[in-house]
Amino acid sequence: MASAHSIPSIEERFEFTSEAKRNLLIGGGVGLALVLLGAYLAATGGGHEAAAHGAEHAANALARTTSEHAAGGHEAAAAVGHEGAAAEGGHHAKSWMTRIWANLWVNAVYFTGMSVVGMFFISYNYLAQAGWSAVFKRVPEALPAFLPFTGIIMLITFFLGGHDLFHWTHEGLYEIGGPEYDPIIAGKRGFLNTPFFIARLVIYFGVWYGLWRVIRNLSLKEDEIGGTEFYEKSIRFGTAFLVVFGVTSSTSAWDFVMSIDTHWFSTMFGWYTLASWHVAGLAVITLTVIMLRERGYLRAVNSSHMRDLGKFIFAFSIFWTYVWFAQFLLIYYANLPEETIYFLERFRGYGGFFKGPFFVTLFLNFFFPFLVLMTRDAKYTHSILKVACWSVIVGHYMDFYTNIMPGTVGAGAELGPLEWGFFVIFLCAFAYSIASQLEKANLIPRNHPMLEESLHHDIA
Amino acid sequence: MAELSGKFLVGVYDDDDTVLHAVPRLRKAGVKIKEVYSPFPIHGMDEALGHPRTRIGIAAFMFGVTGCICALVLMIWTMGIDWPMIVGGKDPISIPNYIPITFELTVLFTAFGMVTTFFISNGLGPGTHFHPRFDVRSTDNKFVMAIDLGRNSMSEEEISRALRDSGAEEVNLKQF
Repeated sequence: MASAHSIPSIEERFEFTSEAKRNLLIGGGVGLALVLLGAYLAATGGGHEAAAHGAEHAANALARTTSEHAAGGHEAAAAVGHEGAAAEGGHHAKSWMTRIWANLWVNAVYFTGMSVVGMFFISYNYLAQAGWSAVFKRVPEALPAFLPFTGIIMLITFFLGGHDLFHWTHEGLYEIGGPEYDPIIAGKRGFLNTPFFIARLVIYFGVWYGLWRVIRNLSLKEDEIGGTEFYEKSIRFGTAFLVVFGVTSSTSAWDFVMSIDTHWFSTMFGWYTLASWHVAGLAVITLTVIMLRERGYLRAVNSSHMRDLGKFIFAFSIFWTYVWFAQFLLIYYANLPEETIYFLERFRGYGGFFKGPFFVTLFLNFFFPFLVLMTRDAKYTHSILKVACWSVIVGHYMDFYTNIMPGTVGAGAELGPLEWGFFVIFLCAFAYSIASQLEKANLIPRNHPMLEESLHHDIA
Repeated sequence: MAELSGKFLVGVYDDDDTVLHAVPRLRKAGVKIKEVYSPFPIHGMDEALGHPRTRIGIAAFMFGVTGCICALVLMIWTMGIDWPMIVGGKDPISIPNYIPITFELTVLFTAFGMVTTFFISNGLGPGTHFHPRFDVRSTDNKFVMAIDLGRNSMSEEEISRALRDSGAEEVNLKQF
């Protein structure tokens, strides 16, 4: 905050040490071991438990079906009764595989979001011609490199496990007069059909990643050649990305998350998922900046930058809560059975299993960062920021967990070694990807036209 | 405010950078600066003047908590206890229903509380009539530094010379 600061060197090369690589690989190995352990438990011992769960769930669903028939919630209740029956209807061998697909899907969706938010961050900073963020711009710029990885995982998961995850992929739903015919889902067929879904998936990843490559290349060339030409071009491509992302952030949220609960819809959902992705991405950016600083890099980042990043997380935690609550309150207030079913499932369904994650989500994503980051000093104190960042990162994992799991795994859902193992694997892979991107260029964009402003960033 | 009576030396500067550099120089020379007035905020001026950090944030938090508690108590008492009422099929005491109003009252209490605190601690607002103007040009294009002679042990001439040395284009004596 001292105004007469001496500016440290801007020539910095990040070195992805073999020790760091080894640690990340060990982390990934631990994750894998947890996954294997979890899968083993789920496939053998867990079977009984799942059966018990299933029976309990069937009773639950039945109770609800009758009570809500009376309340007029015919469709919703029927849907749950239907899914419950399917879950309970037998194949336990399938249920733990479903759990694996669902876990892959949760993590792939979550990490896709955090990666693409790197691009989102650069783009709006370009569009606003913001100066403050120039000095650590390489960090958000490194995130989207992970997109092909999550994209491929999502494609594979959809091809292999899509039938287990997405109710709408069942052909019988669309046969008029058939035993499984569902007029509501049939009405959504124009959007929710496999070819269009895969096309959209490919387009999202293609466009996000493609635009990121353009901006990244411009940024790397700018580093060597200099001048404002690359900056001007980046603004244009960044704006193009924002236009694209304005639409695709919503549609991808419907595709990836909302379509799992096929009957249900919420007009807030696109915003809600974007808010979740955004704040988690900001937490990753902040955490990466802190980790780099702790290893002696990014000396030019001062406490004002850190405070602004802290404010960003603080503000967007509140924003997420606001959208979350807006969605919840409308549904709670209106009390329409086909809408409330979504929250009922998470409150009481499946033996109340999701009630815990549901409230933990609220705590980790709102109350904790809100209270911890409130004071001014907390926003640039590394240790406090780090705790808040981790709270947000884990919290939004739980957020996607509570959104995706009830509609896919339902009664067989657990929060054990399998879940945490997958999360750790993805986290290590993401960190590996970020670090190898950071290594590719000077850690500070030395010819960025706003760099001078950023180096003197002072919000006193 | 009463403490603002007495003799003041007023240095007028033409440039924000000059005045920003003048402040540490004068303080080093032993001059106690009352305040610097500027048409716009100067980055780093608060630190240069060595002003203690504002505590209005703490006040804001307290007002917010008060507002939050008041709102909840008001609604729980009126809707749930004194005259239990069922609205929209919800329980008389249903916290989700109360959140919008809780939020609003938290913000309202915080805003009003902060403005009031600010007015009181700065001696502004209704009932206060003494607003010293050291130099009206500080709202236009000049940067004005006020030095309370009563609080400085140095002589008027010494301070005046120090002010001119630090880049002041005018030094005036102001008495209230």
